[in-house]
This record gives sequence, C-alpha cells and structure tokens, in this order.
Amino acid sequence: MIEAWEYQVVAGLLFMIGTLGVLVRRNVIVIVMCIELMLNAANLSLIAFSRQWGNHDGQIFVFMVIVVAAVEVAVGLAIILRLVSNRDTVNIEDTSLLKW
Amino acid sequence: MTEQVIFYVSAFVALISAAGVVLNVRNTLYAALCLVITMLSLAVLFILLNAEFIGVLQVMVYAGAIVVLFLFVIMLLNIRGGDMGADRQPVLKVIGTLLIVGASVKLVPLLSESRRAWPEVGPEFGTVRAIGGTLYTDYLLAFEIAGVLLLAGIVGAVVMGKQRID
Repeated sequence: MIEAWEYQVVAGLLFMIGTLGVLVRRNVIVIVMCIELMLNAANLSLIAFSRQWGNHDGQIFVFMVIVVAAVEVAVGLAIILRLVSNRDTVNIEDTSLLKW
Repeated sequence: MTEQVIFYVSAFVALISAAGVVLNVRNTLYAALCLVITMLSLAVLFILLNAEFIGVLQVMVYAGAIVVLFLFVIMLLNIRGGDMGADRQPVLKVIGTLLIVGASVKLVPLLSESRRAWPEVGPEFGTVRAIGGTLYTDYLLAFEIAGVLLLAGIVGAVVMGKQRID
C-alpha cells in the first residue's frame, strides 16, 4: 500500500525541479513552463492530502489552481508575444529595464 | 501490488520528464513535449488517488489546452534554444542549484516523518457528482470569482495580443 508521504515526496521533488528551472533557465517560455510545474506539484500535494483526510476541499482548491494556471498562461503568453514583437528576444537578461 | 507499480512508474516518469523540461536546452519544443508527459503522468497519479474528476480535468485543461498554447507560441515565434550556455551570473546559478539540491535532500526525510493511516473512502469520493455538490454549495462564491477571473484573463489576453493599442 502506498502511503501519503510518498506522494508528498514526489510533489516536493517536482516543486524543487520547477524552482530550479526558474532559477537557471533564461528563456521566458521555459520559465512559464517551470511555474506550471510548480503549480502541478502543489496540486499533487493537495490531492494527496484530500485523499488522506477523505475530504473534497483539497480537490476544490486544485480546481481553482487549474483555473488560475489557465488564466496565467493565456495572459503570460500574450505578454511574451508582445515582448518578442517589440524587442525580438525571449531572453530575460535582455529585458532588464525594470531591474534595479 | 498493481497500485504500487503504477505509482512508482508514473512518479518516475513525471520526475524524469519534469527534469527534461528544465534540461532541454537545445529545443524549447521538446521541453513543451516533456511538459505534456509530466501532466499525463500526474493525471495517472490523481486517478490513483481517487480524484477521477480532477484527473480528467488535468488531461483536458493542462495537457489539452495549456500545452497546446505553449506549442502554438513556440512554433509561431520559431524560438531556438541555447539560453543556458556561457552567460552572465554563473556563480548565482551554481549557488541556486546547490541550494535546491540540498533542500531536496533535506525534504525527503522531513516529509516521510508524517506517516498516517490511509482511510477507506466510498465509491462516491472524487466523482463529478461529489465534487459538484461541494463546489456549488460550500464554494459557490469562489466558483463565481473564478468565472470573473477567467473573464478578466480573456480580456487581458485580447488586449495584450492586439497589434496596436489605440
């Protein structure tokens, strides 16, 4: 029988991989993909806890996370399209106007 | 036994393909395809956890809609990879990688401490009927706000996507 902590370990490692991607990659599209990975890790954790307590609330939260992720990707990719048409780059090092 | 095999195989595939998203430096398209594999194996894990509705939603929304949007943008912009080569701040990247690896090593024993009994759930758990019952009663306001958020997202995407803002 699989225990709850095994799912939490998988979720934790998935979140770490997503964080690593955000830190080391410089391609904006890959960074958005890594944010999706992190959201999915949170989803897996919520679903595992929902199963652990026999309660549906965690699954409702996952539903909301999926809604937010869909909106984020739609708006984020529109921003990336603008970025490429204005500055012709997807590298975030080249878009440092707001960087301190 | 079967359950364990399915769990370990899909967890392994999910982690490997998630690493593929990060490590695919050459071609962003392959990174997006790795993302699809991660989403699908996570959907398997969701169904294994008796969350059938969320599993189906994962396949439809993530693997179906979100990744297709990614692929669409990647192909539209014709993006090449090669963003991780010799560039600025190599020290910060090494420190970041070490921190993440160290945190992962620390995380596994920490999470495995919290052992609890796995309760039995009825056949209704995680079905569309049960989720809908909770969603439309206890979480009705959150559901409505999610609808407003989607509308705001659509408007935002259209405004950002327009060629010329008048």
